[in-house]
Amino acid sequence: MSDFDLKAATQEYATRLGDDSVVLGHRLSEWTSNGPFLEEDIALSNVALDYIGRARMYYTYAAELAGNGKTEDDFAYTRDMREFRNLLIHELPRGDFAYTMVRQLFVDVFNTHYLPELAKSTDSTLAGIAQKAIKETRYHLRRSHEWALRLGDGTEASHQRMQRAIESLWGYTHELFDADPLEAQLADAGIGVHNAALRPAWLEQVSAILTEATLTVPKDDWAVRGGRVGYHTENLGHMLNDMQFLHRAYPGCQW
Amino acid sequence: MMTPEQNFMRKIEAEEKIEPKDWMPEAYRQNLIRQISQHAHSEVIGMQPEGNWITRAPSLRRKAVLLSKVQDEGGHGLYLYSATETLGVKRADLIAAMQSGEAKYASIFNYPTQTWADIGAIGWLVDGAAIVNQVSLQRTSYGPYSRAMIRICKEESFHQRQGYELMIALAHGSPAQKAMAQDALNRFYWPALMMFGPHDAESAHSAKSMTWKIKRETNDDLRQKFIDQTVPQIEFLGLEHPDKDLKWNAERGHYDSGEIDWQEFYNVINGNGHCNRQRVEHHIRAHEEGAWVRDAMTAYNAKQQAKTTEQRQAA
Repeated sequence: MSDFDLKAATQEYATRLGDDSVVLGHRLSEWTSNGPFLEEDIALSNVALDYIGRARMYYTYAAELAGNGKTEDDFAYTRDMREFRNLLIHELPRGDFAYTMVRQLFVDVFNTHYLPELAKSTDSTLAGIAQKAIKETRYHLRRSHEWALRLGDGTEASHQRMQRAIESLWGYTHELFDADPLEAQLADAGIGVHNAALRPAWLEQVSAILTEATLTVPKDDWAVRGGRVGYHTENLGHMLNDMQFLHRAYPGCQW
Repeated sequence: MMTPEQNFMRKIEAEEKIEPKDWMPEAYRQNLIRQISQHAHSEVIGMQPEGNWITRAPSLRRKAVLLSKVQDEGGHGLYLYSATETLGVKRADLIAAMQSGEAKYASIFNYPTQTWADIGAIGWLVDGAAIVNQVSLQRTSYGPYSRAMIRICKEESFHQRQGYELMIALAHGSPAQKAMAQDALNRFYWPALMMFGPHDAESAHSAKSMTWKIKRETNDDLRQKFIDQTVPQIEFLGLEHPDKDLKWNAERGHYDSGEIDWQEFYNVINGNGHCNRQRVEHHIRAHEEGAWVRDAMTAYNAKQQAKTTEQRQAA
């Protein structure tokens, strides 16, 4: 790749990571005032805030690389669904508390392995964002791990809800370890991460936690993909209807 | 020798704080439970009208600011429930009383947040009015309540500045944005004045609360402070003042203002505002949807405890 291509690819990569963060942050923010008790309501808002913070850092970097006067908000608020590049697992609805915590467990374990690799990036901005995010993710995983135990090994009802959530989310985890040519080339160039290499460690850790929580690790017999090419579930369009409403109704305003 | 009651009144008069283990008249305790838990419920119910715009906030910065504001309110609810628990009541019972309608929360949260500007108006006017009241309550006679107020006031002033800053952005924005700001001001100004409660002569709990220094200033005095401080803020925004009878009174050194619609005030207090039913139903729904989570936690903790006991016995 020439230098120019590398810059464009890095911009695309930062945008994708921003999309992952904003979409998951939005889903988590839907819990505010809906949590199972006040302390947990506050904690979920906290995790949502961490993801919104990441989205802002990734998008700001993408805007800087684009160098055309765009801002973080142009990325979040003016693109349509097909232009979003987030992995599908992030856009699925918030579901019940079990569904949210299982998704969080899968994503938190992924980030526990992914972010330390991104922190080694030769791109100092991406490395810096990853450094900051690692600390947050450690706390997120402590929470999702504890919740997996409490709900998996709590009551019969909570166990069933957890197992159901695991089954319905499992097929969306495979995409976390994919790489299209752009991500593969960035990883080769020392900027990105070879995600496929992270799966064994992810699977081992997730399996250990689920087993400890008396839950069953599903078979790898289905996978849904498409986020990185903008082929989304129906959920994302509805999310963007909410998120982008003011920008659509009052175009060109500053808020 | 002083009787416990005389000693209690001596402390009140000497501006000493009453602490949880001190003797206190039963009516003082009940009055505090009512007031502090009402305050806690207000923080928690207040999360709903603002939470209504979290998913629609128009920039990532505004979204983060609003999320952390609503989160702070949850935190205030927690300190205030803890302060109430020092009086010998349980949080679960307080919540049940709010859900049954027996305990009240601030009526202001029964108004709908219809537009994005309402988020600015709430931060600026509703938090602004709350601060006027809470600054005064930092000197309240009950120690845990006073300390909670000191902590909460710091965060509330921050929220008020953020709300006002949001209004500035709208008032200086496009004509449509400015109209949105004016509309929000028109709808929230009078309900904000109502937050100080009825006129002193009509106030059910005021006299006793003043004697015991639970309340430090009267409803009308606090309301006047708020009216006076808001006039230049509206001018700076370049918006029209919603009170057409507002006039400076040089003799009093205060603004005279138009009369509040007390019929509306009592209507909303009595449960018939736009959102009274919605707010309580939302709280009940979230609480019921979370029941299985709380049950699972209890069951898990019991299992862990049983395991620990077993291990200890084996050892």
